Amino acid sequence: MKFTFSWLKEHLDTKASVERIADTLTRIGLEVEELFDPATSFAPFRVAEVIKCEKHPNADKLSVCEVDTGKERLQVVCGAPNARAGMKGVFAPVGAYVPGIDLTLTKAKIRGVESHGMLLSERELELSDAHTGIIEVDAKAKVGSPAAKALGLDDAVIEVAITPNRPDYLGVRGISRDLAAAGLGTLKKDHVRPVKGSFANPIPIELEFDNDRANACPVFAGRLVRNVKNGPSPEWLQRRLKAIGLRPINALVDITNYISYDRGRPLHVYDADKLNGAIRARLGRKGETVLGLDGKIYEVDDDMCVIADDRAVLGLGGVIGGEETGVTEATINVFIESAYFDPRRTARTGRRLGIQSDARYRFERGVDPDFVVPGLELATDLVLQTCGGAPSKITIAGKPPKTNKLFKFDLALVKRLSGLDLGASEIKRQLAALGIALDGKGKQLKATPPSWRPDLTGPADLVEEVVRLTGVDAIPATPMMQVAGVARPVLTEAQKRQRLTRRVLAARGLVEAVTWSFIPPEHAELFGGGQAELTLSNPISTELAQMRPSLLPGLIAAAQRNRDRGVADGALFELGQAYRGAEPQDQFVAVAGVRFGHSALAGSGRHWSGEAPAADVFAAKADAIAALAALGLDQASLAVTREASSWFHPGRSGALKLGPKTLLGIFGEFHPDLLARLGIDPPIAGFELDLDAVPATRQKRESKALEASDLQPVRRDFAFLLDAEIGAGEVVRAALSADRALISDVGVFDVFTGQGVPEGKKSLAIEVTLQPREKTLTDAEIEAVAERIVAAVKKATAGELRR
Amino acid sequence: MSALELYSLKTELLHAIAEASDLDKLEEVRIAALGKKGRISELMQALGSLPPDERKAYGQVVNSLKTSVGEALEARRRELARTATAEKLSQERADVTLPVPEGPLAEGRIHPVSQVTDEITEIFAAMGFAIAEGPDIETDFNNFTALNMPPEHPARQDHDTFYFAPAADGTRALLRTHTSPVQIRAMLKTKPPLRIIAPGRVYRCDSDQTHTPMFHQVEGLVIDEETHLGHLKWVLEEFCKAFFEIQEVKMRFRASHFPFTEPSMEVDIGYARDGDAIRIGEGDQWLEILGCGMVHPNVLKNVGLDPDRYQGFAFGLGIDRIAMLKYGMPDLRAFFAGDLRWLKHYGFPPLAIPTLAAGLS
Repeated sequence: MKFTFSWLKEHLDTKASVERIADTLTRIGLEVEELFDPATSFAPFRVAEVIKCEKHPNADKLSVCEVDTGKERLQVVCGAPNARAGMKGVFAPVGAYVPGIDLTLTKAKIRGVESHGMLLSERELELSDAHTGIIEVDAKAKVGSPAAKALGLDDAVIEVAITPNRPDYLGVRGISRDLAAAGLGTLKKDHVRPVKGSFANPIPIELEFDNDRANACPVFAGRLVRNVKNGPSPEWLQRRLKAIGLRPINALVDITNYISYDRGRPLHVYDADKLNGAIRARLGRKGETVLGLDGKIYEVDDDMCVIADDRAVLGLGGVIGGEETGVTEATINVFIESAYFDPRRTARTGRRLGIQSDARYRFERGVDPDFVVPGLELATDLVLQTCGGAPSKITIAGKPPKTNKLFKFDLALVKRLSGLDLGASEIKRQLAALGIALDGKGKQLKATPPSWRPDLTGPADLVEEVVRLTGVDAIPATPMMQVAGVARPVLTEAQKRQRLTRRVLAARGLVEAVTWSFIPPEHAELFGGGQAELTLSNPISTELAQMRPSLLPGLIAAAQRNRDRGVADGALFELGQAYRGAEPQDQFVAVAGVRFGHSALAGSGRHWSGEAPAADVFAAKADAIAALAALGLDQASLAVTREASSWFHPGRSGALKLGPKTLLGIFGEFHPDLLARLGIDPPIAGFELDLDAVPATRQKRESKALEASDLQPVRRDFAFLLDAEIGAGEVVRAALSADRALISDVGVFDVFTGQGVPEGKKSLAIEVTLQPREKTLTDAEIEAVAERIVAAVKKATAGELRR
Repeated sequence: MSALELYSLKTELLHAIAEASDLDKLEEVRIAALGKKGRISELMQALGSLPPDERKAYGQVVNSLKTSVGEALEARRRELARTATAEKLSQERADVTLPVPEGPLAEGRIHPVSQVTDEITEIFAAMGFAIAEGPDIETDFNNFTALNMPPEHPARQDHDTFYFAPAADGTRALLRTHTSPVQIRAMLKTKPPLRIIAPGRVYRCDSDQTHTPMFHQVEGLVIDEETHLGHLKWVLEEFCKAFFEIQEVKMRFRASHFPFTEPSMEVDIGYARDGDAIRIGEGDQWLEILGCGMVHPNVLKNVGLDPDRYQGFAFGLGIDRIAMLKYGMPDLRAFFAGDLRWLKHYGFPPLAIPTLAAGLS
């Protein structure tokens, strides 16, 4: 919402400066977005008179002027064809900043002649694009006086942000009322005067709604004005509209626009000679269309409130008028409409048709229903002043809805909600200044808000008014009650685990990324997602249209972008939500990591001590295992299977499970087809864990005491010849099972295929640690355990001991 | 052997010891002197053939000779060993200027959003706030209606909401446009008193240098029977001082409007610009950082709480935005680009865990 300082003063009697007005507006809830004060911006520019104007000795198109600035006479070189002796223009002295050419003037020599300043064109002042000549100001303007004043630009323009609860702020008068209530002057008396009609309005107005839809347009007032002379609106009106960025059209239209901004009261004017029969407010009918004032054809439906005559739809009530019945410069008889349209229906209609209009903006916020008739009177008054003519009597169909309801208000609520300790009289003064009627004695009152404040519906709203006008700065900061003693921990188990997982992965050299929750649909499909229920109806682009089933596609895409920027090796991870469906329980917290190029725990890229290995299935597995270990799951408790998803390389990937049912995560190198679809080259490997599937670990305090034996552990090595398909994990598990009390650890220290190992077989070597507890083991006891280990491995894997 | 001969032998042996140029030569001298058939050993053996009255005095002289030679041998042996070690070590030089890998702790980073969320959590936990969570895909009821924005409410337009296709029953899931639906979930789940913050991702159909379609907010909510705007001011001032790690903070509270709070305010923080850097707590420029207010009576009613008994405040703060303010990142879009150069520059070391005891940053 834009307005000018002089416009404001038409409603507000104030001595406050424009800066003070702006500060107050911001404080009370009308955040000033822009304050343009030409008096300040144009301060260096003054009216000057050209005393002499002679041809430049060295240039045909330039002239050399002697200019009287009011303080001195200066020589100025000028290129404008209209420069001549005796004219008055706008002078910029040396040192002034000229906005249109983005230059601070210095003394200059132009083709050998000194120039001490500049005579300005409109473009150089950014007033318009005109630059063929310099500005000529009125001959009566005083030499040396501010140029802004001479140009009629001494009116500051203020633009404020409007919160959607305040339709009354969409008129300058509403803003003035709040400034007065905030103590910046007094609101002037309203100057709306009824205009007597000289004949009965010949155009009937009908409200054609069912009872339960009557709120679509509960009141509609109108009158005819005959024999008007439409044309350009008067100078003052055009200037005001231009100052706030509106284009003057003709007097009748300009008057409705003016009242829209002056009072927040939208109106519509029809060329009465183009109307057929009665004016009817009703719901639209399927198949009807209307040509809007914006030149577009709109299809109407039966949820929209339309204005029609006997023949056709004329416009969309509260949203946009129709082109065919609009006024033109040729209009002689004008019908003026002032109605009230239901905010919700207006919003729906506007949204469905994609129409943003000043009328919709106001009606959907709720205009003052009691100003329907005064608005019509004000418009008639201005039409008569501007265009002449003879007004009819007013026809009113329906009656204004009651948008304001009485409610109880306990003055003590101000202190209870805000902490502000104000006297009853101060609270009452502020509320009265806003037009709120208070009845009753003592602290228990009854409040009736004015008709222009549909946002005031309960006592908390009045507390807001008091807080706003008093200023939040006046509220004393009050410490909150705290628990006695040291603050207690507040994080949930899941929150702690997420924090820990992040730090563990970062400590392994992975860099945390945050990527979009929505990804290209084809990426989602590649990773098992793409359900219709997770497709956005209105994505910002097709690249960001599908909720991600996994964090991996985002990370892989990020890896490729890094490569494109010349980062060949790296490791990224993300911890965040992914989606199996649209229900809350379908959202889960995942953590995923990728390593690309040459990247491993020890480092990335090339190094004199040896290049990091290419990212592979084991680098990915190690990252996943480390994260799970930090969450209390050791490797021995996990089952590793080959059931990784289809987006992984089938031979170089795995799944991490807890028991047969609980899938914790997957890891591996990616399927080459997938990498081709995503446009990324190997090496790249990754993992993803479902953190919500990881069971909570037992409390640390319940853990067992350390059992450290004084006896030396015994280590024995075994090498087995196995089918190449047998997993090392099976051998380890079998060996451990041979004597759970005695065997404390089984490690794999060699895997070998090739010379000496038959085709289809592999040699796998394990180191078994035996930890005696009570006495040193005898050779016979060690031998017995060894035999059990060999037997267990053979039983589980058919592997033979190599000798 | 005469005393002169003994003296001469001693001189000869000490000279040979001093002349031995390496450990092998020294060993030869030792054997020649003290070996089984060594010259001193022979003298010792000859003692037995002397008359008993001479044996004692002569024995003392020979013993003294043996001791002197032994000590000289040991001293020379040590010296030669030291020289040999020094010689060997001088051959074993490493180029100590070669760079070593800095290790994974130097490579890894925590994203600024995670770090700042941890900082915020640390501060509010100290004030007794728990951390609440909610899903990104929300119902229209939780995101709007329960928050006093019924269908067709004009404020809904300002939210630029992402929607999913309507379900069979006509309801339409959406991506939450703010963290405020967590208020509703928290109040429906837990009876007052309630003190929570809820950090998380939020979504709006909007994109330019300062707006991205996804960003992060933290919601705050206090519900009890006495908390008022003065407490809200205190909490926000304490938070800003702790978060920006400054002694005094300049804050400006402006009246505003949110459908779910009444009264409502927007809060600006004072700053000064110093080149590209922003100094919070100095200067006379203002930057909006959050919206807040007293929870609207209708919101309390919507979750079954009696507004005549319960009251409290709520606020919503942009996490990315205050991260940019504190740590000086210029462009919000870079937060979500996964650019390793950016992440390494603006990210945090893995063990830089913010605590109040050690300071947050």
